[in-house]
Amino acid sequence: MKSRNILALAATVAFAATTANARDEIRIVGSSTVFPFSTAVAEQFGKKTDFETPIVEATGSGGGLKLFCAGVGAEHPDIANASRRIKLKEFNLCKDNGVTEIIEVKIGFDGIVIGNAIDSPSFDLTREDIYKALASEVSQYGRLTKNTFKTWDEVNPSLPAQPIEVLGPPPTSGTRDAFEELAIHEGAREAGLDKKEARKVVIRDDGAYIESGENDNLIVSKLEADPAKLGVFGFSFLDQNADRIKGSKVDGVEPTFDNIASGEYPVSRSLWFYVKKAHIGVIPGIEDFMAEFVDEDAIGEDGYAVEKGLIPLEDDERDMFLSSIENQTVMTGEEGLK
Amino acid sequence: MTEAATPPPDASFHSSEEAVARLKKRRSAETRLKLYGMIAIGLAALALVALLWNIVARTMNAATEHYIAIEAQIEPDEDDFLKVVKKSARASFPYVSGRTGKRELYGLFSDGAADDMRRAQEAGTLETGEAVPMRFLVSDTADLYMRGEFGALESQESAGGLTITEDGKKFVLRAQDKAFIDAVGRAKAGLAREADSLRQQAARQIAGITVQQARLDSVTGLEREDMLAQIDGFRKTRDRLEGQASALDALITGSGDTRLELTDRMASFFVMVNGGILKLTEVSADTALAVPLVPLDSADPVAGGAWTLRILDRPEVGRPVKDQQVAILETLQREGRIEEVANWKFFSLSDSTQPEIAGIKGALIGSLWTMLVTFSLAFPIGVMAAIYLEEFAPKNRFTDFIEVNINNLAAVPSIVFGLLGLAVFLNFFGVPRSSPLAGGLVLALMTLPTVIIAARAAIRAVPPSIRWAAMGIGASKTQTVFHHVLPLAMPGILTGTIIGMAQALGETAPLLMIGMVAFITAVPEGITDSATVLPVQVFNWANASERAFDMRTAAAIAVLLAFLVVMNAIAIILRKRFERRW
Repeated sequence: MKSRNILALAATVAFAATTANARDEIRIVGSSTVFPFSTAVAEQFGKKTDFETPIVEATGSGGGLKLFCAGVGAEHPDIANASRRIKLKEFNLCKDNGVTEIIEVKIGFDGIVIGNAIDSPSFDLTREDIYKALASEVSQYGRLTKNTFKTWDEVNPSLPAQPIEVLGPPPTSGTRDAFEELAIHEGAREAGLDKKEARKVVIRDDGAYIESGENDNLIVSKLEADPAKLGVFGFSFLDQNADRIKGSKVDGVEPTFDNIASGEYPVSRSLWFYVKKAHIGVIPGIEDFMAEFVDEDAIGEDGYAVEKGLIPLEDDERDMFLSSIENQTVMTGEEGLK
Repeated sequence: MTEAATPPPDASFHSSEEAVARLKKRRSAETRLKLYGMIAIGLAALALVALLWNIVARTMNAATEHYIAIEAQIEPDEDDFLKVVKKSARASFPYVSGRTGKRELYGLFSDGAADDMRRAQEAGTLETGEAVPMRFLVSDTADLYMRGEFGALESQESAGGLTITEDGKKFVLRAQDKAFIDAVGRAKAGLAREADSLRQQAARQIAGITVQQARLDSVTGLEREDMLAQIDGFRKTRDRLEGQASALDALITGSGDTRLELTDRMASFFVMVNGGILKLTEVSADTALAVPLVPLDSADPVAGGAWTLRILDRPEVGRPVKDQQVAILETLQREGRIEEVANWKFFSLSDSTQPEIAGIKGALIGSLWTMLVTFSLAFPIGVMAAIYLEEFAPKNRFTDFIEVNINNLAAVPSIVFGLLGLAVFLNFFGVPRSSPLAGGLVLALMTLPTVIIAARAAIRAVPPSIRWAAMGIGASKTQTVFHHVLPLAMPGILTGTIIGMAQALGETAPLLMIGMVAFITAVPEGITDSATVLPVQVFNWANASERAFDMRTAAAIAVLLAFLVVMNAIAIILRKRFERRW
């Protein structure tokens, strides 16, 4: 009988579930900003070596580190990518779950660009302008009031008389976190708030900042369609679409490859990956994968990850992390994590 | 009670003027309704056509790929094919020099060219030798250029002749009839736009000064000092911007005889002459300075018509394909060494970070495995549950409760099933993460309510007379159900199942939690291997920054639709076989 056969198949399927758990491919989780670079390295690693191609999941930095810190063993990921440094809280969570030995590697930088359509007026913003335009409450000479700025020239008379409409990522995104921290909180400091107050500043929710999903491609095509809007996105998207959109200057610095690499462009963040030392030797290929990730061919000046939009480290900094990979130097918790 | 005899209908009731008006109103109401229906169908059809057109048009771009035919030097036991590609490129284009030039040259070729050779070597079909004619896959930017994504190369024939004088590494071009006048005009228009934009910015500074000065009187102390500093800043910026704008003006108004320097922010101008390509670096109406991108056969003067000026309007800085690359591609094109062939790789390769060698195979097989697991769980369990609830279960509060919950379950957002799957299947039962088994289990849970509801409706629709007849000749309840009711209900059950499966096929949200939204290049060989599915592939490619992924995203959607059509077709065939009329 037909249905009986199907039932038998279902039983087999269910049984298969309980078998097989060993793993011969590296598992990587974490930031969607690091994802394109991590996958490029994984692909090359799979082609160059006899190891399986690692599996990379884009879970976001926070989600990735949570999975990473859940414990030691084949069911937990080996490597976590992050578009910010690991937090002390996360480091402690790791420690509590037995993940005591973590190797920390910085791979480069990523610039966050505020841009608009190529034929729209160019913006020359300061971080204070960004804060005033996008914070839900602004301070003016000590008075904290609800943000009522409607157009850019109200914020700063030298900006175009255009309504404030900024497309950007939602709160779940690491890009949003970094934008808040590096542009808005810094801008708040410049506007005279102290450190503690500045950190409390949040993005306004009255329609000036339009959450547009995690997909930067979507933001780019929306900017192209609507020249009056500005958008917040990663540098690699500016790089790939330089014929459609342009980046605004921030504090007088244009978002170019060189300016981000030199640290002159203020809204840029560092990208990291974290390796579970306990998995080295258990899951095959981790050592070689780490070496591939910091190889000249990958994140050197002409590396393939750099071609994808990664901003490379200075040579001496890269050498430092190279040696920490070779010696498998683990984090002590004394690095001054936040 | 006696009933009054109804009076005979008034003869005029159906033919009076009012009746005719009423009739007319009713008829026009009917016509209107029909019209609304037709409009609704028309709109739906239009939307469908627009969607399909959009996808098909974009998919067509991904249907072919470009190859460059050059010669390669391959050792018998070669193992670094990336090096072979670079070496062959250098040998074929010996005139490309310098670090940037070489990088741009290598940038024309895809890593896929090396992969092709490696695969051929593994299959034992790789020819070796000093000069093996080979087809090298082009990179994504080169491919996009060939498709006209960065604008077409305009062509201007000139009636006047051209003389060429070598001057160190550069060439001095002298054209008759002021052949470069249009180029000068375009370059100047570019400068004028830049000057305009600078002036606009300067004007905004001036506006800023005015606004702040007006406010100046109303503030005091620190605030006033701040404002003064700001005004000072505006002034400085204004002066700088105006200075830059005037410098550009000087260039624009300069006489036609002075040569205008061309930058990478202006359109690119190429001169094709004597079998080579020159790029203009400075230009006036009749003379120009140019650097060779592809060397000339000779520096002989040429007559009118024997040379062309070609223009790429998009500035070099704003496009990924560089002038040197354009020159090489144009030369190859002219020599007929660029081939466009069908892109079968799309079906034989799996995911990649390089769009030109990214394929759908892994995701397709992953979807197949996942759907197999989903079907083999959701279908039997769903049908059994429906049979029990319809045919055997007593009607009481408990079964009512179950029924309500099944209906509720059908409305639960799919991400919730993902969370459930993570907690139960992955964390408790230890099902491997990212496997089609885990995905299939989660999707089966999601599909179950749909299958049960559809199956119950189908079973209920079987006429009771069938059951009575079966029981009347002595069949047991089980025999009645399995021999008579179920076969008759099968078409309806299959329709319901296919709706549920189609929904499951397009899901990504529940798979996010169990790790199937990932970069996986291996093709799954079973239900416990790591895999992704088609909608995840679409999602990942749509997120990638490389523009060439755009058309591959469309192609992946087309494959997903085709998968769906095949699934539906199977259901229709099965339904036709089971269908019985009474």
